[in-house]
Formats: sequence, C-alpha cells, structure tokens
Amino acid sequence: MAQTASGVRHLYVHLPFCSSRCGYCDFVTVVGREADHARYVRALLRELELEGGVLAAPLDTVYLGGGTPTFTEEGALQELLAALPPSRELTIEANPETVTPELAATLGAAGVARVSLGAQSFSARLLSVLDRVASPDDVRRAFYTLRDAGFDNISIDLIYGIPGQEPADLAHDLAEALALEPAHVSAYELEAKPGTRFTHAHGAALERQAEAMEGYFETVVATLTDDGYRWYETANFCLAPDRAGGRDLRAKHNLGYWLGRDYLGIGVGAVGTVAGRRVRNAPSLRRYVEALERGDAPPREVEELSPGVQTAERAMLGLRLDEPLPLADVRAAIDGEELAGLERAGLVSAGGDAIALTTRGRFLGGGVTARLLAPTMSR
Amino acid sequence: MDQQHIRNFSIIAHIDHGKSTLADRILQLTDTVSAREMRDQLLDSMELERERGITIKAQAVRVQWKGYELNLIDTPGHVDFTYEVSRSLQACEGALLVVDAAQGIEAQTLANAYLAIENDLEIVPVVNKIDLPQADPDRAAAEVADLIGEDADRVLRISAKTGDGVVAVLDAIVERIGAPEGVPDAPPRALIFDSSYDQYRGVVAFVRVVDGVFRPRQALRAMALGTRFEAQEIGFMSPAMRPVEELRAGEVGYVITGLKDVSELRVGDTLTSDRSSAGSPLPGYKDVKPMVFAGLFPTDSDEYPELRDALERLKLNDAALFYEPETSQALGFGFRCGFLGLLHMEIVRERLEREFDLDLIVTAPNVAYRVRLPNEPDWREVHTPSDLPDGAEEVEEPFIKASIIVPKEYVGTIMELNNDRRGRFDHLEYLSPERVHLVYELPLGEIVLDYYDQLKSRTRGYASFDYDFDGFRAGTLVRVDVLVGGEPVDALSLIVHREFAYERGKALVEKLREEIPRQMFDVPIQAAIGARVVARETVKARRKDVLAKCYGGDITRKRKLLEKQKAGKKRMKQVGAVEVPQEAFLAVLNLNDGARK
Repeated sequence: MAQTASGVRHLYVHLPFCSSRCGYCDFVTVVGREADHARYVRALLRELELEGGVLAAPLDTVYLGGGTPTFTEEGALQELLAALPPSRELTIEANPETVTPELAATLGAAGVARVSLGAQSFSARLLSVLDRVASPDDVRRAFYTLRDAGFDNISIDLIYGIPGQEPADLAHDLAEALALEPAHVSAYELEAKPGTRFTHAHGAALERQAEAMEGYFETVVATLTDDGYRWYETANFCLAPDRAGGRDLRAKHNLGYWLGRDYLGIGVGAVGTVAGRRVRNAPSLRRYVEALERGDAPPREVEELSPGVQTAERAMLGLRLDEPLPLADVRAAIDGEELAGLERAGLVSAGGDAIALTTRGRFLGGGVTARLLAPTMSR
Repeated sequence: MDQQHIRNFSIIAHIDHGKSTLADRILQLTDTVSAREMRDQLLDSMELERERGITIKAQAVRVQWKGYELNLIDTPGHVDFTYEVSRSLQACEGALLVVDAAQGIEAQTLANAYLAIENDLEIVPVVNKIDLPQADPDRAAAEVADLIGEDADRVLRISAKTGDGVVAVLDAIVERIGAPEGVPDAPPRALIFDSSYDQYRGVVAFVRVVDGVFRPRQALRAMALGTRFEAQEIGFMSPAMRPVEELRAGEVGYVITGLKDVSELRVGDTLTSDRSSAGSPLPGYKDVKPMVFAGLFPTDSDEYPELRDALERLKLNDAALFYEPETSQALGFGFRCGFLGLLHMEIVRERLEREFDLDLIVTAPNVAYRVRLPNEPDWREVHTPSDLPDGAEEVEEPFIKASIIVPKEYVGTIMELNNDRRGRFDHLEYLSPERVHLVYELPLGEIVLDYYDQLKSRTRGYASFDYDFDGFRAGTLVRVDVLVGGEPVDALSLIVHREFAYERGKALVEKLREEIPRQMFDVPIQAAIGARVVARETVKARRKDVLAKCYGGDITRKRKLLEKQKAGKKRMKQVGAVEVPQEAFLAVLNLNDGARK
C-alpha cells in the first residue's frame, strides 16, 4: 500500500514528441517541434527538482515513456539521461525507426537497462493501417541493433485485432516476434477509442470483424505460453525464469503500478499517485513549459483517492497479475456474494487468504473484476 | 341558472377526427377563452395526452351561449376507455357525434355511439373537416345518419379548423339536447364522474349535480364509501377554476374536498349532504373489471415503496386501475396490475416513469383466467401465468366480441389474422360499398400481445378496432415455463393454447437468445411444459472481456470503466447467475407473427 512520502520508489518521465501521430493513439503526444525539445527537457528537470523530494534513493525504477522518447533530440535526451536519479531498472520506450547504433550506444552508456520497442506488427500492410512509420525490416533491424549494443532485456509491443488482420496474419506476427527471442512481450488488443482518427476510419470495419477476432486473445496467450513465456499480466509476457537464466524479467516499473505502489510522474500530461493523491499534469505543452520557466508548478488536476477507492484500485490492478492477491489488502472492496458465485463458475480461485483469477477468469478479467468489486467502490 | 337554460353534452369522436379542435373553437366562439389565451387542444391538460393525441381524463368546461349555460364534458377517445366514456356520458343529456369527412365512421365511433344511445342521450351528428380536399361529406353524413337513424339533412357539416359551421353546432346543442331534469329542492345528489389529486388542495372531484344544491363549507358524504368531509370550495371550470357559492341541480362543476388520503373518495360514488342525506345513491356507473394484467416491478428494488405510493395516487384518478402486491422469484417485489387494455397499461407505465420518476420492468401482459381444480367446487381467478396450477381440471379464458371496420380489400387478410388467433367469424356487414364491418369472437389472450399492431400493419393503418368483453369460455390451455441457466423465470411463463405451445415456446427462447447478452458462461434457455422441455437455445459464453492496457496514467479511467460496467449490470435483473436485461421480459411481445401460428 501507500508508502510514506519520502519513499516513492518509481518515477515516470513523459517525453511527448513523435515524428508523426498514429491514428489509434490517444496519449499526450506532440509531433515534431525539435526546437522545443531542449526547452522541454529543462522544464522536466525543473519539475523533477520541485517534486523529487518524495523520491527514495536509490529508486527501484525509472521509466521514460511517450510519445517516442527516442525521437527526442539527442542532446536534450542526453541531458535528461544524465540528470535522472539513479535506479535499479531504467526503461525507455523506442520506436524502431529511431534506433541507430549511436542511439543504442548513448542509451547503454546512460545506464538504460531495458528497451521497450514499439513493433506492433510484422506485416507491412497492417503497419500502414496503424499509421506506423517503421517497416517490418526496420523492426528487426532495430531489435538486433539494440541486442548488438548489449541490451539483453528488450520488450516488444504487439497490437492484435487490427482491421483486416486474418488469423494467419496474427500467427505470422507472433512467430516473427518469437523468432527474435525477446525477453518480454506486451500484446494489446487494438482499442478503437472514441474520437480518434482511427476509429473514425476503421470503427465500422472493427465492429464487423469483432466476432471473427474474438479468439485472438486466446491465440496470443497460447502461442506465447507454449513458447516458454510467463503470462504474468493481462497483456504482458516475459521469458520464464527457466529460459532466462533464473532472471525475473517482468517489467519492474509497471509491476509497481499493478502492485499498487506509489509513483511520481513528471512531464506534460504525466500522472503520479503518492499517498492517496493522484496528480495529473495538464496536457498542454506550452502551458507546462511556461509554468516551469516561471518557477511555478505545472497546471494540474488533483484527485484525492478515498480509502475505498484505493482498495478498489488495488484489487482491479492486482487481479491483472498471475500472482494471488492477498485478501487482507482488498477485502473491503470485494463483494463476498459475487466472489462465491465466481468461484462456483470456475473464474476465481480463493485460497484461505488470497484470491486469483483462473485461466478462464483472466480471459474475462474485466467482467470478473467488475463483478467482484463491491458496489461501494467509488465511495 | 335554472335547469331549463342548462345543456350538458359530450363530444364523441375517433382519435384525430377533430374533437379537441372543435372544443377549442367552442371556447373561442363563446368568448370563454380569448384568442390570446388560446392554446391548441386546451382541454388535454396532461403532457402525455397531447403527445399521444388522445385524452385520458374527462374534464368539464362551462361556456355561455345566447343565455344558456353549456357544460362540455370531455371524453376519452380510445378503445380501452369505454368505462370512462360511460361515466362521462352519464353526466350528460346529449352528445356531439363527430366524424371525419374523409375517414367516415370508425369502430371506436360506433362503440361510443352505441354507448350514448344506451344512455338515452340525444345525439347531434356532425361531419367535420369538410374543408379537406379528400373530404366526402355526403358519404360520411350518410354513414352517420344510417348509424343513428337520423335524416341525413340533420347532420351538421363543419370545419372545426376554420370555424365554419360551429355556430350552428352551438345552436343545435341548445335546440336539440334536452335540459337536465333533476329535483331542485330534493336532498342534494351529485355524480362524481372524474377526480384528480392536487398536492396542495387534496382530492378534487368533478361532479354533475343531479338534485338539490351544493354549497361551500357544507358537510358532505360519499354514499358508497361513507367518507365524510367538508366542501372547502365549489365551482366550475371556464376553463380555469371559478369558485361559486352554489352548484344547483343540473349544473356541472368541481368540489375541493381537502381529502388527503387518495383511497377515501372513489370515482363513481354519489355525493350528498351529510345532514340532509338523499335516500339512495344515483345508479352506479358500469362496473368494468380489468381483463389485462401485467407485473410491474421497480428495476431498483429499493424503489418498491415509491412504486406503491405512485400506484395509490394513480388509482385515485383511474378507477379502472387494479393492483395487488406480487412477488416474483426473478424480479422481486412488485405489483400485479390490472388494466382495461394495452393502451391503458402503456399509459399507466409511462405516467409512473414520467410523473413519478420510476424505472420499471413491465412483464408481458396476459389476461385473467378462471380455473377449477379437481375436487374443488369453486372457480378461482388467475392473473399471473405462473399461478396457473398444474393439473387444473378446467381452464377458461375471456373472449371478446371484436368489431373491425376495414376497406373491403382487406377483409381477406383480416380473416386470416383472426383465424391465426383462434377467432370465430360471427358476421360481416357493408357500411358503404367500400367499407366492411367484421364481427369476430376472439380469445382476449390472442389480442393482448401484438394483435393491434398486426391489424394496423396488415391494413396499412386503415383498420379500426373495438371490442366488448363476451364472457369466459373453456380452452385447451397449457402453461409454458421458461428456464434461464436452469432456473425457472416465473415472469416469463405464458399460457397458450396447446396447439401453439411448441411454436410459441420456440419463438420465445429464440427471442430471448437475442435479448440476453453473452455472459461469462454458456446460458441455456429452455421452454418447458411441465417437466418436458419443448425448445432450447444457448447464449454462448464470452471468450474475452479485458481492459487491454492499464498503466499509471490511466488507472482512474480504467476504474471508471469498471464502475460503468458495474452500473450497467445494476440495470439488469439477476436470474440465478445470469444477468437478464429488462427488455428480455417483454420478449414475448415481439415474437414475430410467423412463429405464432
């Protein structure tokens, strides 16, 4: 549960810049504006100075997310990397087309331990549906460039359920990804979020295909687990310890979220949750930079999380994992009657002091969790 | 006003034949309402009425014309409200029978005209909308004259819209309709033909004074129920409430009773003075029993007390509404309500939701059945299909005599529809060379679901329909039960003729398969007669239901998504482990006609 304010062990840093915006994306991103990168990084470091007092030393994890962090202008990126507080695992997200031997060397020298590579697909056709810049060859080349530079903890992002994606396309994407033997795979079903350009263009096609694609999640899980990956979170897989020299290759930063730990978020649009307060920076780049240049905190929203909400979130997040969730942490949020019913239905298994979703329960994790949470969750 | 100068009348018309427009025109011509005050369809005070183009509650408006006091008592215009029409008619000496010059007589007009004739009312025939290009006033006038046995020359021809001919209507009311014939110095008696509830003034009764005089602050008594109260105010409507110092024999007006308990004053009762009481009440209104029943359940079971209070209030204004508590395994606590017909049911449901802000599940309607068990001498009445006992020796269902008027080219399709619904042909007659009046005997149970919609769609809207209850008759009836996820759902049981049991059961489970969303496990849906399953469908389990990503930046949003999912579930009814949406309980209403044979 919540640590004391001096002990926050996870830091998220948002780098919003991208070379172009993908149609399906609803993150806070800024296209181009290379001239602004250095100015933004200085604002980031200013925010880190203002807020960093809550951080533990050393940190467990730092995560550079985006946007496309590796698209950030090199000098600015180096300045940021140099100024980050030390941590046990520093992760950066990268898009394939940005990965060069020079970048890999820069990252390696700065202590980056883990790279999350936004592959999404190995089909040129599907990549173009997603508005991705990289080709399948770019993805492979980027992966090997990173490995050659000594990175042994590379994660590959895949998206499935793309308009026009046939079962054979999915099998192909999975096989291509596995051929790279990545340490970690994140596989997300495409979410056509309302209001995005993508939904406007492809929403109707997706609805038509929904039934045909219903089994893709099962295929993803079966293929990866058959290949020796541990399905440790709803959408995340890592090489099992027996294939990884005993290493635990779960994404430690993200694990912090799922275990309900506090984290500080800095950067435009970034979110942090510390001691029951969730702080969300406003998504305007200009206002973010200008506020910090004046020496003020960036514009932000604060959400106070009641104990009930914190417990409900703890359950919602914890049940995404393959580890049993201690009942003591979440009992107040769980509807006992629903729990009994879901157990009878074989969707939840409750040992004496912990609950976990069964395999079938995990495929239905959203619905199961909604049922499990007591109606008082938002109070 | 002495009785010789009073005329009390109603307007009988089919929906859309112009009753409200004529009423408006009368108010204008008599300077009761200035043009500035004029709103269209002034008499239809309820929002719902205006939207549906029908009038639910009767009201009375007094106008002055050439030294006469005319009281216009409004009547409802739909098949379900025969009872209310009868109450209004009893307060009148005459009626305007208004027929659309383009449409001619409709089944509704016919039924209400007969009702007026039965009540010895003087009928003033009026053909309206003569200004319409497609009007055929001669044909319409001939039909009306033929119906009431009048000379066609005596049929007035008007356009309520333009006002053309309406002065002649007012004159005819004075000339043709008789004056009231009450006894002015007898103990007072007044017929309550309508009432409403005002939250500040309590129960307001609309009355026709038959004998004697009523005054404010007089101690009054309702003769049937024995309720005593003091008249806080009496008056008439013109169309606003106008208090007066007395209402005399022959007059129509209102009495503010101050009564707060809605059950203390019943429409149909006779008011008299508590001190100098009349010897006997006025002959009662026609006693109409509800024949169509449905369960009303609050979606949120916490709203049960609110539903009870709301029904109590509606009941005050709606003597025909019947309700009793009902407990359903599937739907919890609610009420079994009895209605005059489907429209009546729909109106009650909408008023409950709109005026009382209740969220309701209404089960598919059914009729009242009479059953007799072996070794039991007496019949018992069953209002709920699931209450039909197994092994009943005899079951009877209500029949109606249906009156259908259609253009002659639709006679075949109507006969086919009626045969499919177990109808028995009685006779047919030509109203005119083009229009046919068909009479059938039909089980009411075959009418309550979608008969009216079928009738309309098969005749492109040209059919008009009315019916009279025609007694109970024995039938080969069985109860079809529905099991969802292995659990019987009492609210979905239906009683059908044995011959149709298999097809209806099959159609019902198919419909339910469409209505019940996929769940986390397979959900079998079965139809059974006794222990024998006659049809089965399965709602296949969902294969995935996850929030794809969840990281630090979107925890709040994901939590809200789950809350929404949870809230959506709250609007479902839990049957065992299965979530059943409210619409599913009406599935039986939407069985397509092909499957009904």
